[in-house]
Amino acid sequence: MSSPEQWTHPEPGAGPAATAAEPTPEQVIAGLRATTEGGAELTQLLTPEGERVASAQFDPYVSDIDDEALRNLYRDMVLVRRADRESNAMQRQGQLGIWVPLLGQEAAQIGSGRALRPSDMAFPSYREHGVAWTRGVDFRELIGIFRCSDHGGWDFKHHGFHPYTIVIGNQVLNATGYAMGQKFEGKVGDDNGEATIVYFGDGATSQGDVHEGFVWSAVYDAPVVFFCQNNQWAISEPTERQSRLPLYQRARGYGFPGIRVDGNDVLACLAVTRWALDECRHGNGPVLIEAFTYRMDAHTTTDDPTRYRLSDELEEWKLKDPIERVRAHLARGGGADQEFFDKIDAEADSFAAELRDFVFNMPDPPPERIFSNVYAEPSPVLEAQRREYLSYLEGFAGSEH
Amino acid sequence: MAAPVKAKADGATGAVQNLTIGKAINLALRTAMEANDKVIVLGEDVGKLGGVFRITDGLQKDFGEQRVLDTPLAESGIIGTAVGLAVRGFRPVCEIQFEGFIFPGFDQIVSQVAKLHYRTQGGVKVPIVIRVPFGGGIGAVEHHSESPESLFAHVAGLKVVSCSNAVDAYWMTRQAIESDDPVLLFEPKRLYHSGNLRAEVDTTAKPAPLHASRVVRSGDAATLVAYGPSVKVCLDAATAAQEEGTSLEVIDLRTLSPLDLDPVFESVRRTGRLIAVSEAPSESSLTSEIAMRVQQECFYSLEAPVLRVTGFDTPYPPAKLEEDYLPDLDRVLHTVDRSLAW
Repeated sequence: MSSPEQWTHPEPGAGPAATAAEPTPEQVIAGLRATTEGGAELTQLLTPEGERVASAQFDPYVSDIDDEALRNLYRDMVLVRRADRESNAMQRQGQLGIWVPLLGQEAAQIGSGRALRPSDMAFPSYREHGVAWTRGVDFRELIGIFRCSDHGGWDFKHHGFHPYTIVIGNQVLNATGYAMGQKFEGKVGDDNGEATIVYFGDGATSQGDVHEGFVWSAVYDAPVVFFCQNNQWAISEPTERQSRLPLYQRARGYGFPGIRVDGNDVLACLAVTRWALDECRHGNGPVLIEAFTYRMDAHTTTDDPTRYRLSDELEEWKLKDPIERVRAHLARGGGADQEFFDKIDAEADSFAAELRDFVFNMPDPPPERIFSNVYAEPSPVLEAQRREYLSYLEGFAGSEH
Repeated sequence: MAAPVKAKADGATGAVQNLTIGKAINLALRTAMEANDKVIVLGEDVGKLGGVFRITDGLQKDFGEQRVLDTPLAESGIIGTAVGLAVRGFRPVCEIQFEGFIFPGFDQIVSQVAKLHYRTQGGVKVPIVIRVPFGGGIGAVEHHSESPESLFAHVAGLKVVSCSNAVDAYWMTRQAIESDDPVLLFEPKRLYHSGNLRAEVDTTAKPAPLHASRVVRSGDAATLVAYGPSVKVCLDAATAAQEEGTSLEVIDLRTLSPLDLDPVFESVRRTGRLIAVSEAPSESSLTSEIAMRVQQECFYSLEAPVLRVTGFDTPYPPAKLEEDYLPDLDRVLHTVDRSLAW
């Protein structure tokens, strides 16, 4: 079976062989998903067994990550996973309208998020709870979206974390525009430059907005890192339904670098994202990163993955768990002892308990919220509707309706 | 980075200038760009060419390629990147070449432009202007003559305005750029260069409020309400009717969302009759909304049902048939007669 590289780079003058390089559907699937391995070009610094892999290109980007820093990344991932599981459970108990699990994607999100500086801006999709955590937006600020009591109201400037975007791919263009603004304001060109990162999934790569974002960013040299979390499934549709080429390879067609990183390796995600942001800061952006990972839970709590994928696949990916490999590495190298792991587990439990208390006691928004902030400037039509409805509600004052 | 550019207004010799609608918009863009370096213009062909209608003529020469962007050809890209630029603190003015090409950008307009402020409880402002040449009468091929404004007026979070004369063209553009809300400016393309509509634009005058409709001709037999290119049709009809002794009041809506119908109600209470005129198809349109609200507010004053003169509920026809399709003076007068005969 030929590799994807051979399909895209047929031997010159190979004659009929070039035609033969056309992949069969089976080859396409194998190349895209490379089973669960990610293929030969996967950047990895920590194996699933927790062994450190040397990389001449990327080791310099994580030279500051000592045992303490690695313990912090471990803590990030454990807390975020615990909050994710608690939120999933709360949805099942009717406390949340829906939940979008991030289980399995902790390394991609924490690694890339921790690569950012405060002056950078991140544009999330709707699963980026881990990135939110790295930007100082905690679960209490996010969870109103999923309890359906707000659409997300954190201070995006303070956190450098744009509001969630639910329409697939819209945020890729929005981020590109923001990055163009950074460039127009002269905020790129040296080590102190600013950059933008935008998160989207493998399914989003089929959207026109993502394609247009690639075109625009290339034309304007926008300092934007496109961070595609390829978690293999767009609800029920596999990656091969989106592309016949590994996603990171698409970048070449737009004229900027694309790289595939092990999305379950927090160290590699940190290193590769730092490198990509560095390219942007210096005015060499954009860059596409494909974080090769796996969504270990459903797309959302309305989804049923048992209808479209085999449990074998999940079992195989469990062996690549992003948290377990850091734990193994720390334990084996003496970077952390049992007392540390127990302490983090206890912290995660109390974090989850606090989140649960918060959600259970969360008030519903007042009806006035329906009418507020539709416009920055007052609208007489809307003002009349607000007055009329509130006056209607006042008619019920004191009654037990 | 590009050095700051010293801009010069073409022919800007004084506060009062005699301008066509097209030149008035150009001057408004130029003045806004001079006043605020965060104002940028983006769209297809808006730079060297000056736009397909030459509305942005000369702006790139004076303000540079970083403030007047000849973009790649994708409307979602124009509007989607404008959202990001607005979030960054810019005030983007997008040009869509023709209204029939706005639909690839519809998703960004409806999903992001209109909703970001609401979604963030006021945390994100979206001061974007989207300029849309619209309407028929230029003998163009398909997709170049439509009137899709009702689709946008239906979207909460957007402001939709339309000018019918050079003074409004100037000030509405200025006011739209200064607004912290997203504004779609529907420009009557067939009137851009109309010499008959040249007007004295006083750039130092206090402008009319953006969101106020206006009585542009007084009368007492019936009320005509219109916007954009149809205002001229109504004014011409009123002049013709006057020769026959019928006095028609004409109201220019100016803003399509939110609608300022108080002057319309006041007028209908006096005349008892309303004819709403628009090039758009009639079903579920702005004229539907006007008819509904007038019957709600003026029920006991109406001497006849609200009537409409509109395009038909068809796609825009081949241009050889547009004289049949577009509301014209005769169809308006015919409808006035129907109303008066009730």
